[in-house]
Amino acid sequence: MQNSAFTRRVLLQRGCTLASLTATVPWFIEKSALGMLGDPALSSQPGVADDRILVVIQLGGGNDGLNTVVPFGDDEYYRARPTIGIRAPGAAAKDALPAALALDGVRGVGLHPALAPLKELYDEGIVSVVQGVGYPNPNRSHFTSMDIWQTGRLDAKGSGWIGRYFDNQCNGTPKPEAAVAIGRNAPLALEGDIQKPIAFESASLFRWNGQDLHASLKEPYDRLNRAGALTDPTRAATTPNQDETQTQFLMRTALDAQVSSDRIRAAVAKPTLVTYPGNALAQQLKIIAAMIRDGMPTRVYYASMGGFDTHGGQTGTHNNLMRQFSEALLAFQRDLKEQRNDGRVASMVFSEFGRRVKQNASGGTDHGTAAPMFLIGNSVKPGVFGRHPSLVDLDQGDLKHTIDFRSVYASVLEDWLQTPSSKILRGNFENPHLFVTKA
Amino acid sequence: MGNVFQPLPSKDFDYAAAQHLLNRAGFGGTPSQVRALVELGLDAAVDYLVNFEGERVSNEGVEFKSDILRAQTPEEQETLRRARIAKDTETIARLERERQQRQNEDRAQIAAMKRWWLARMIESGRPLQEKLTLFWHGHFATGYRTIENSWHMLMQNGMLRSRCAGNFAELARGIVSDPAMLKYLDNDENRKASPNENLSRELLELFTLGEGNGYSERDIKEGARALTGRTFRGNEYFFDKNQHDGGGKQILRRSGNLTGDDFISIILEQPACSRFIALKLYRFFVNDAPGLTRDGADMIERLAKALRDARYELRPALRALFRSQGFYARENRLSIVKSPTQLMVQTVRGLGTPARSVDRLVEAGDLMGQELFQPPSVKGWPGGRSWINTATMFTRQNVAIFLLTGRTNRGPASGTAEPYDAMHLVEHLRDASGALDSRECVRSLAVVALGGDPGHERLRELEDYLASVGGTINNERVQALLCLITAMPEYQLC
Repeated sequence: MQNSAFTRRVLLQRGCTLASLTATVPWFIEKSALGMLGDPALSSQPGVADDRILVVIQLGGGNDGLNTVVPFGDDEYYRARPTIGIRAPGAAAKDALPAALALDGVRGVGLHPALAPLKELYDEGIVSVVQGVGYPNPNRSHFTSMDIWQTGRLDAKGSGWIGRYFDNQCNGTPKPEAAVAIGRNAPLALEGDIQKPIAFESASLFRWNGQDLHASLKEPYDRLNRAGALTDPTRAATTPNQDETQTQFLMRTALDAQVSSDRIRAAVAKPTLVTYPGNALAQQLKIIAAMIRDGMPTRVYYASMGGFDTHGGQTGTHNNLMRQFSEALLAFQRDLKEQRNDGRVASMVFSEFGRRVKQNASGGTDHGTAAPMFLIGNSVKPGVFGRHPSLVDLDQGDLKHTIDFRSVYASVLEDWLQTPSSKILRGNFENPHLFVTKA
Repeated sequence: MGNVFQPLPSKDFDYAAAQHLLNRAGFGGTPSQVRALVELGLDAAVDYLVNFEGERVSNEGVEFKSDILRAQTPEEQETLRRARIAKDTETIARLERERQQRQNEDRAQIAAMKRWWLARMIESGRPLQEKLTLFWHGHFATGYRTIENSWHMLMQNGMLRSRCAGNFAELARGIVSDPAMLKYLDNDENRKASPNENLSRELLELFTLGEGNGYSERDIKEGARALTGRTFRGNEYFFDKNQHDGGGKQILRRSGNLTGDDFISIILEQPACSRFIALKLYRFFVNDAPGLTRDGADMIERLAKALRDARYELRPALRALFRSQGFYARENRLSIVKSPTQLMVQTVRGLGTPARSVDRLVEAGDLMGQELFQPPSVKGWPGGRSWINTATMFTRQNVAIFLLTGRTNRGPASGTAEPYDAMHLVEHLRDASGALDSRECVRSLAVVALGGDPGHERLRELEDYLASVGGTINNERVQALLCLITAMPEYQLC
């Protein structure tokens, strides 16, 4: 059975069937017992495991794209941003602020100086910078634009694009833990009609608080919640048309919850292979890396970082944000490499919009439109892609996008997750092929 | 036998049946409230819940602002127009800031409305009214974030509440005249020259007939034309004659110069409409397990007939439902997964815990997947098993811990540590000498909290726990037992 004909599609179908048939065995146990994860023999592509993972990193508040990937070669940039513009590499020092980081072989654009850790990854050839990403008739409301990005629809309605990816993979049977968000709320992007994501802020919160009240409660709690394993499956179905009663379903989920809580907390408690910075995004990525290392069956992780709504005095704030973001990313990538999981993880970074070309009167920038995205991973096509939008030909003071964000999604879906994108994105978006591997 | 819609013999209306009724037609109640219903007997108990008009409503006097997001005055429009022409960026920026401020104020107001409604569900003397309002909110789902107008959400909430047990036709007519819904489904952009089908489609698919139940794409298109011109001005419904397409149409085999009102009337003539509403009521009030038993299908059919017979009056149909044998059948007991709202409100009302912090409860509701005034889509909350996953399971257990003890994820919450007297749940079990039998207490607490006996194996775990800590019943022990019972997977059912 273990030959190249055993494709990922077959695996997925098998995974679904098993999940729906077993009433009492927790999904985690069953997956690891069958050894269906991390077996390189199952890969259809040399060097790339078939159990690929996508990590989505959301920069909330509208990241200033023009000060992230800096178009220093365009004088118009400095005219529009006389005090907050980032000087060109090699240009005369100004206010002791560092200059943009030049990228080898790329003319006219460079990275924000605090993105040095990201540049390190870029120099290793595992970063793809996609310029000018946006969508038609841009919406400048945080809420609506974020919903547009998360649903992958211009009307911002309906399920999330990643949720639909899972809905399409698994006919009718959601896979618990397939999509995990580290944070208080699960993002709309992971919400499918069938697939429901789980979210938790930190591993220590993914547990019952009652045990803190008194030590004597822990044991009876465990017995009451782990009884699902003991339920006799032949006692099932007191009514027709259902393979599991409500109580059995709840007993099984409660057991699942206990097992995954144990497992996640044990995974996170292990010392990491690298040291992470203390910032919030780094701490989220640390949890994600621990779960990946532990062989969790999760295929999409979601992390997020806020504070990008820099309407005033943005230079210092944005500098900190860039530093935190890129340090977190570097630590994560180093950890994955140490784990030897760097080949099966790709990360995608986005924000709901960029910011106005012209700086405002408060040394900040207002809500704008198109902005760059980053893709990070061994399999991404390294380099800078797409045209940088013109700083002169503007739409109400904002950049005109040069690539639709749904095209980037199409590449992630088709080239990385190896699934056709048109049904998920409800339309055919040109695939810019941002990965070196192909389906 | 045989007829699931026959009334339950009154002798069978015991404690468990009354508790089932109060959980389903409301948000549960304390043992003394359940016993009071048993005393009333089946018919009077059902009437008490269904004919709720005479009962008290608390939390009615809260004032909200209707004009935070009022339209711009002509003067303001003029100022903006001039500023644009003059490229006066400062004035444009100021106006933009003011708009932003109003929007922030409105978001704060919708947050206050969420707290207000949840508190109302906890306190109202008319539990069925709130429960039905929640049902219709999920049925005619409208989300604040799309319409960004809290007053419109509140107006819709008031409309749904005032008609919740009235006539379904009035609800349907109300919703196609409701500013929040007209905005949510883009009917404010449904004009004669460029019809927008959104409202027409969802009206047929989600609000009345159900997907695939006897209408065509053409009916949707023609229906959209009938709905043209239905919009709003400020906070009021407005029929824009000039945008209405008065031409001939054919909808569901009826033709004429049909209007939006005609469209609703034609829909209501379809038997599929009564069946679809009956199905939704069945899933909400009777059973939401996947699949449908023969008795379940029979009940839906009879409930649909009751709706048709009463010309869509809901009260008689609900009354018949809550009196029916089928409603109390074994297969329908503890067969619904509590919604997050039900879970929280029933914990307070059923166990008599302090509500502690409505703010935190609203937050917990969001985390468990039920944000009031923000259903996930126009389909509403899918409900049933979709409420439950490994993460929400912990949140559900922990929100009960919070209500029982005030403890949160970050340790004991300051300022919310109101003491909880749990002894009231067992006082009636004292024997002549005033003593409490621990086994009887354990069993009674489990039945009260879980809505039924979980079986001797499960009870034994609780008894063993009690024995391990000494066996005497006191407030601390009862609270500890409730912490365990609310953490049992069975607690998620009602």
